[in-house]
Amino acid sequence: MSATLRINPIACEAHGLCVELLPELIRLDDWGYPILDESEVPSDLIGLARRAVDACPTLALLLDDDRD
Amino acid sequence: MSAPHHGLPRLLAGLEPGGAPMSLAGHTHIHGPLPYIAPDQLIEEVGRSGLRGRGGADFPTARKLRAVAVRRRVGPVLVNGSETEPASAKDRLLLARLPHLVLDGAVLAAGAVGASEVIVKVGEGAADALDALRGAVSVRDGDRVRISVLAGPEGYVTGEESAVVHFLNGGPAKPTFVPPRPFERGIRGRPTLIQNPETLAQLALVARFGSSWYRELGTLADPGSALVTITGSVRHPGVYELAFGTPMSDLLDAAGGPVEPLQALLVGGYFGTWVDASNAVGLRLAREDLRSVGCSLGSGVLIALGESACGVHESARVISYLASQSAGQCGPCLYGLRAIADSFGALADGVAEPRERDRLLRWCADVRGRGACHHPDGAVRFVESALRVFARDLEGHPRGRCDALPAGLPLGDSAVQPPGSANRRTRALAR
Repeated sequence: MSATLRINPIACEAHGLCVELLPELIRLDDWGYPILDESEVPSDLIGLARRAVDACPTLALLLDDDRD
Repeated sequence: MSAPHHGLPRLLAGLEPGGAPMSLAGHTHIHGPLPYIAPDQLIEEVGRSGLRGRGGADFPTARKLRAVAVRRRVGPVLVNGSETEPASAKDRLLLARLPHLVLDGAVLAAGAVGASEVIVKVGEGAADALDALRGAVSVRDGDRVRISVLAGPEGYVTGEESAVVHFLNGGPAKPTFVPPRPFERGIRGRPTLIQNPETLAQLALVARFGSSWYRELGTLADPGSALVTITGSVRHPGVYELAFGTPMSDLLDAAGGPVEPLQALLVGGYFGTWVDASNAVGLRLAREDLRSVGCSLGSGVLIALGESACGVHESARVISYLASQSAGQCGPCLYGLRAIADSFGALADGVAEPRERDRLLRWCADVRGRGACHHPDGAVRFVESALRVFARDLEGHPRGRCDALPAGLPLGDSAVQPPGSANRRTRALAR
């Protein structure tokens, strides 16, 4: 099973919680907005990715489970 | 069916300089009446012709038609006549002067995808196009679809597909987060075919004369003709219809030739790419050739930059304009393009920090692909090509002043537009 992360750039307001919770996959640009260098989420990080998705105050971080 | 006309012009046949919109009688006299073709057959024929979208994305038209045709409860066909690229004038020329050709294509496309309605959206500043379209719609009968003409707000990103759909659904004319794409859920939530006016005009001719006729011009990979807006340092800026495969030098000659030696060409408009004049000479108007130097025809704009102008200053103006045209919805586009424009401006003014260029390149890489629409992607492609093509000029800029003449590239109705450049759009004429 694999999962991919996406960011809705219209919804994102640069709160930055995602990078606190998932620095393995997300970094910030010079303006405080998250960059996903790799959208594929390794299986050992899926739990953390879900936490980051749940924590996003604007629901801008999305996790697509290919299984669904 | 009228006999097919061979050679050029095709789309622009019968167009007289400075004239009124072509009447329905004149249009029928030149191209023959609107044919009836079964939906499947039309899509097949368009597929064989090799026609691709002329709004900038180059997408195969038959595939786009099929993607909507297979769906149920299809929404209106949307003719996207926004043409928000400031240097482009071809769609407005078609809509204002040859409205029946575009409407024929829209009606045929509606039949092919099972739509019962056509909506033509044009920027509210294009009064001539709006008048011509409304006049044309009022005299047509026998169309099996309802046609309406709508004026929308202007601005660089308002013409982006999802922005037009958003506007027609009652929202602001700003891009939305996709998917769903318009062919899945578009106007009123229904599958929506969106086409550029030139694409539909070409389709109207393919429907009449067939794909073999269409392929009489052009190359195997890029068949047919294209409308190209040629502007900048050429004697007669305007819209010209040329066959694919035409050498760049012939394109410039079509516009009266350069008024001075050229240093670079901007291919594809402001989402496009600067190409050094020496590299551009050997190119043909063909995707393959343009790709070899990292560009695409985009919406069909070619801007010639003369040697007396400064590519660095001109690029700085364009970048500043593009930054100002962000819809302001996505942080990387809103803040990133502003920062990129300021940084490039600092390089142009000779007040840049050491390693400014490296930072600028990093920002370009960071911003790419991070908007809901492709506005930031197009803008950074332009910036990267400017850094590449004008590299030597950029090195000189910090050390001394640049005394080049302003070339006044057209920049729409924005605040950075220099006086006197506004009439470039309206000067567009078929020659």
